[in-house]
Amino acid sequence: MSAGVVQVRGELIATRRAGAYQHLTVVAPGVAELAHPGQFVALAVGGPTSAHLLRRAFSIHRAKPSGTYGGTVDVVVAPHGPGTRWLTALRPHDPVDVVGPLGRPFPLPAEPVPCVLVGGGYGSAPLFWLAQELRARGCEVEMVLGAASEDRLFGVVEARRSADGVTVTTDDGSAGRRGWVSDVLGEVVARTSAGVVYACGPMGMLRSVTEVASEHGAVAQVAVEESMACGIGVCMTCVMPVTGNDGVTRMVRSCVEGPVFRGDRVRWDAFSDGLGRVPDDALGAARAGGH
Amino acid sequence: MVDMSTVLAGATLPNPVMTASGCAANGKELHRFFPVSDLGAFVTKTVMRDPRAGRGTPRMAETPSGMLNSIGLQGPGIDVFVEHDLPWLQSVGARVLVSVAGNTAEEFGEVVERLAAGPAFEAVVGVEVNISCPNVANRGLVFACDAASSERVVAIVRERLPDLPVLAKLTPDVTDIVEIAAAALAAGADGLTMVNTLLGMVIDTDLLRPHLAGVTGGLSGPAIRPVAVRALFQVHGAMRAGRLPLAPLVGVGGVRSGRDALELVSAGASAVQVGTATFNDPGAPRRVLDELEAEIARHGFGRFADVVGIAHERIPCP
Repeated sequence: MSAGVVQVRGELIATRRAGAYQHLTVVAPGVAELAHPGQFVALAVGGPTSAHLLRRAFSIHRAKPSGTYGGTVDVVVAPHGPGTRWLTALRPHDPVDVVGPLGRPFPLPAEPVPCVLVGGGYGSAPLFWLAQELRARGCEVEMVLGAASEDRLFGVVEARRSADGVTVTTDDGSAGRRGWVSDVLGEVVARTSAGVVYACGPMGMLRSVTEVASEHGAVAQVAVEESMACGIGVCMTCVMPVTGNDGVTRMVRSCVEGPVFRGDRVRWDAFSDGLGRVPDDALGAARAGGH
Repeated sequence: MVDMSTVLAGATLPNPVMTASGCAANGKELHRFFPVSDLGAFVTKTVMRDPRAGRGTPRMAETPSGMLNSIGLQGPGIDVFVEHDLPWLQSVGARVLVSVAGNTAEEFGEVVERLAAGPAFEAVVGVEVNISCPNVANRGLVFACDAASSERVVAIVRERLPDLPVLAKLTPDVTDIVEIAAAALAAGADGLTMVNTLLGMVIDTDLLRPHLAGVTGGLSGPAIRPVAVRALFQVHGAMRAGRLPLAPLVGVGGVRSGRDALELVSAGASAVQVGTATFNDPGAPRRVLDELEAEIARHGFGRFADVVGIAHERIPCP
């Protein structure tokens, strides 16, 4: 079907550790050709008779339409559950079932404006590819990478190649400046006169990035990491409240309407304590008592 | 070549495989992976009268060979469905089984009335009356837990849609599913879809609190397949024994392969829906159709209909 997405039985051709993460390269014919920065792939885990039925979503770190083995996509996996541990334990030549590319990519500016790219943990994975595309359009690019500790940063070396300037923060001070990305972001945005701030990482960080960008008159484009069952728009589990052009807040699927949203459109007030509430003013919100 | 056609309350379908409600949205997303018109019927996400935001997140938890969902019947409402979703399904040649629900029995009636008045109604081969969604605040709204409530809802839908096949979707979370089946059929249902999800719950052991924002959710996936097979076997068995009027059953619950589908068919299902497996494999409904045909051929049957309920003729005698 010509629909901008394919399902392929791919093959792992390379896997290496990257700090606390595993960096996988998968031959997935047809996926790379269609992919843009910010899109993701959904990988099946555990093989054809797996008891883990839900796909795991990973933003595409890199896509190469033609290599020695055919088109490849790279993803970065943090092993924290049975599915991700299965993926990080795969050996070269093992099969991997790939659906992708999925979701809306980062929108690119029409004019060559300065941009700041912010990654939290392995949320930085799609940003290097994005940086290349932005620089190819004449945009000056700075990156801010933050994580809890040095081993949870991803791509600091690659960042120095991909960007005109890199700032690193860690919560514990084991690399770069001690603190959060939001502590340094304001000065970077101000210094570069950035027009767009792109970010990928946990919800709390994306909210802070949006606030800092807004204070400096920049647009925030944030890629969310909501948990998903399918990744293709049929299960309705990855919804979040986002305000549309018409001013109406709807519970939208982050897999098809995202994962990239304008930060100022996300209803950050709905998120707390690991829960995403339905705002009372959202279209179709339950009256008292819930539904 | 196996004749895969099946008849559901007067509607002849080219094959017995369908999507399951709430596991396929309203078609466009899956149509990127296979033509939804290949399926015997496309079953829509449950549509209600008004737009509905559903529940907060997390809405989902993975469980062994299955999942819990707690969507809360999110949807755009019947008017948007009739104006946008149904015409699109018609444009790609899908035969549509529309899943409907309401907060009250009367609301079910309003939904099907507006459905019947819509421009693409010709694409509709039947309605599936969802009286068994567990994700509603008032547990009394699980109409299918009570024979009288089931009867009331089905009777209203029957009255508003006198000429269209009406299926009632039942929950297995009842003491005696045959009693609920009897009530739905007595109220005018042409057939039954069995089974909806089972009510379940997961505790987050890091936070020591319920994992789902909605606390409880519906359990689906291969983990519940034996429950679906049991429910179908009991109800179809009651029909064969003359305790229930003969009516077609649509089997749903944990079908991931053609072999799984054959299990439900042998227990008494005249059609089979593929649900949670679609999240694992977007092509699952299409694949299950091919695999089911191959399974039936492997057993030497020329017609799908010859296998429906066959396990009742082969009960082991100790």
